[in-house]
Amino acid sequence: MRVALFLTCVNDTLYPDTGRAVVALLSRLGVDVDFPMGQTCCGQAHYNTGYRHEAEPLARHFADVFRGYDAIVTPSGSCGAMVRELYPRMGERARAEGRGDSLAAALAPVVHRTYELTEFLVDVLGVTDVGACYPHRVTYHPTCHGLRGLGLGDRPRRLLEAVRGLELVELPGADECCGFGGTFALKNAEVSAAMGADKVRNAESTGAEVLCAADNSCLMHIGGTMSRLRTGMRPVHIAEILASTQEEAAA
Amino acid sequence: MSGTFVGMPAFPVAAREAVHDATLRGNLRHATHTIRAKRARAVGELSDWARLREAGRRIKDHTLRHLDRYLVQLEESVTAAGGTVHWAADAAEANRIVTALVKATGESEVVKVKSMATQEIGLNEALEAEGVRAYETDLAELIVQLGKDRPSHILVPAIHRNRGEIRDVFVREMGAWGRPAPEGLTDAPAELAEAARLHLREKFLRAKVGVCGANFMVAETGTLVVVESEGNGRMCLTLPETLIAVAGIEKVVPSWRDLEVFLQTLPRSSTAERMNPYTSTWTGTADEDGPRAFHLVLLDNGRTDALADRVGRQALRCIRCSACLNVCPVYERAGGHAYGSVYPGPIGAVLSPQLRGTASEIDASLPYASSLCGACYEVCPVAIDIPEVLVHLRERVAQGGPAVREGNRVVLRPARGHAAERAAMRAAGWVFARPRALRAGQRLASRTRRLHPRTLPGPGRAWSGARDLPAVPVEPFRDWWQRTRGGKDGGR
Repeated sequence: MRVALFLTCVNDTLYPDTGRAVVALLSRLGVDVDFPMGQTCCGQAHYNTGYRHEAEPLARHFADVFRGYDAIVTPSGSCGAMVRELYPRMGERARAEGRGDSLAAALAPVVHRTYELTEFLVDVLGVTDVGACYPHRVTYHPTCHGLRGLGLGDRPRRLLEAVRGLELVELPGADECCGFGGTFALKNAEVSAAMGADKVRNAESTGAEVLCAADNSCLMHIGGTMSRLRTGMRPVHIAEILASTQEEAAA
Repeated sequence: MSGTFVGMPAFPVAAREAVHDATLRGNLRHATHTIRAKRARAVGELSDWARLREAGRRIKDHTLRHLDRYLVQLEESVTAAGGTVHWAADAAEANRIVTALVKATGESEVVKVKSMATQEIGLNEALEAEGVRAYETDLAELIVQLGKDRPSHILVPAIHRNRGEIRDVFVREMGAWGRPAPEGLTDAPAELAEAARLHLREKFLRAKVGVCGANFMVAETGTLVVVESEGNGRMCLTLPETLIAVAGIEKVVPSWRDLEVFLQTLPRSSTAERMNPYTSTWTGTADEDGPRAFHLVLLDNGRTDALADRVGRQALRCIRCSACLNVCPVYERAGGHAYGSVYPGPIGAVLSPQLRGTASEIDASLPYASSLCGACYEVCPVAIDIPEVLVHLRERVAQGGPAVREGNRVVLRPARGHAAERAAMRAAGWVFARPRALRAGQRLASRTRRLHPRTLPGPGRAWSGARDLPAVPVEPFRDWWQRTRGGKDGGR
């Protein structure tokens, strides 16, 4: 099986540790993962801000770069949802605008081969115990596009529950949006910040040291709020927890 | 606070005040979380909820596709049953029709059943201008009317008020409108309800004209349906001699069989009730029973324009349950008034810019009043994909394009104020089409990382006003990949 890592532009630029964690985790599970250097951005920000036509070349580029892989794995619920949910919609829309099937046909091969990381682990590799050790108190925030878009369900929870040393505590109001929402965070900064502050207060109330999620964009917003509010909690991507092993934990 | 939404500022500006109003935040948080949990329980009881939802979606889509046919059928049925049907292209025409009908009776006051359509067209204000006083009889609408306030929720328009505030409004204002509030009124719910009951009773018994909306209109029989939970509606629908209904054209359903679906999904979605307490249905007029004259005003007011939009038309499925408001994290913090319309919350953010167009500041800002979290779509009993419509409307605002306005095909120009964003999106698109350019940018960011401020000036304050910036790493992932596993990929 040829497996590609679709890291996302945000992770590539700002969160390389998450990328390294995915590579370490998948290698440990016997998956030889490739990072196609041509990858850039899936076009989600363009699409969701109302620039669908500008997102189309990015989607075509994505399909070009990742064509030929059997599985495309991404540590981002929202970018995963972009490819799986919105690429087909972009194709339909182009067709409705009288531009034929070319976009839909170009994107089709990558749509069903794209998996969010926890889906890939649980559904494709069939593992929930990835042999990780992370001796910390952790609360899990299911991000909106993972929860309601991709329907990740309890996959992340099952993976976390199998991590040795990890104490998983329930996050009150877990399924409520953290308030990031891409350009929403800038266009409606006050409401976004209020949502973020409520999310952080809920996280603090659990007594956890770490808030874990499967999307660094949301964690950037939550983490930025945590440090501004001087909470002492830290945001950690689920890949980094699942990649942790006994040796590192001891160190 | 004024009674109209004219000249509202953009959503973010209007929301700012609400975000910092601790009382309002508390009222909204308590109310929305309570009803949210109740709805989830009520819906969870039904094993066939997903199928009911799908059935509701299909009935509405079918009806909307054949709306011309069903509206004519409805007109024939209503006329045959002794009613009179009027067609109103817009709010002004609907107001003219209703005002003329009321004046023809010689009356100068009307009692009203809670109705979104009459709120939408500003009927009370139009009647007032012609010397006709309209009395709202729904408890929450009464609170809003007495308080010279504006509705902030579809189902519970006074959701932004707590008991103490309501008591104060009753004590201060009831006397000017009729029977004053009882001496020593407290904020106990039973006392407040009793005060409203006494105040309203004299209105019901005196009124000769009733004005209502309709939750559903059955084409095959010409039957109108009003769903309410206080009984005030039943009073207004049966006691007056003349009854005037104003309803959006999308409220028609083909047959009674179709009602079966919505009378299950609407109460559970809106008030979390298994069965609606007062469901009134009437067909034209009947001798010796109920109103002797019945008029139905069918309102377009932008609906046909919305119907012409492939993506946006799904908003016309809405049955006004307000489940989307109750789960919306943005509504919970911004409150209903920030949406600048009688339709607040997620559904308002997709309805208002379609019914009114995107020319005003508030309407152009509404499609962005969402984090696209999808909670609204998840609870919608007719499966309106609100995030999809929001993104579609963002496209219309940012890029312009073809649309239908007042029945005419037009090509909209992009809204003002999006030039910088457009340039940024184009620049980002250029970079993302060129992996080397992206890499150069990443490296530049990494090399200058020690110089990066923790907060940003100017527009960047939108981020760093409340959040610290993430630290830029020493090297982007792709550099690490190439350094440690370099050459393996061949530079694809």
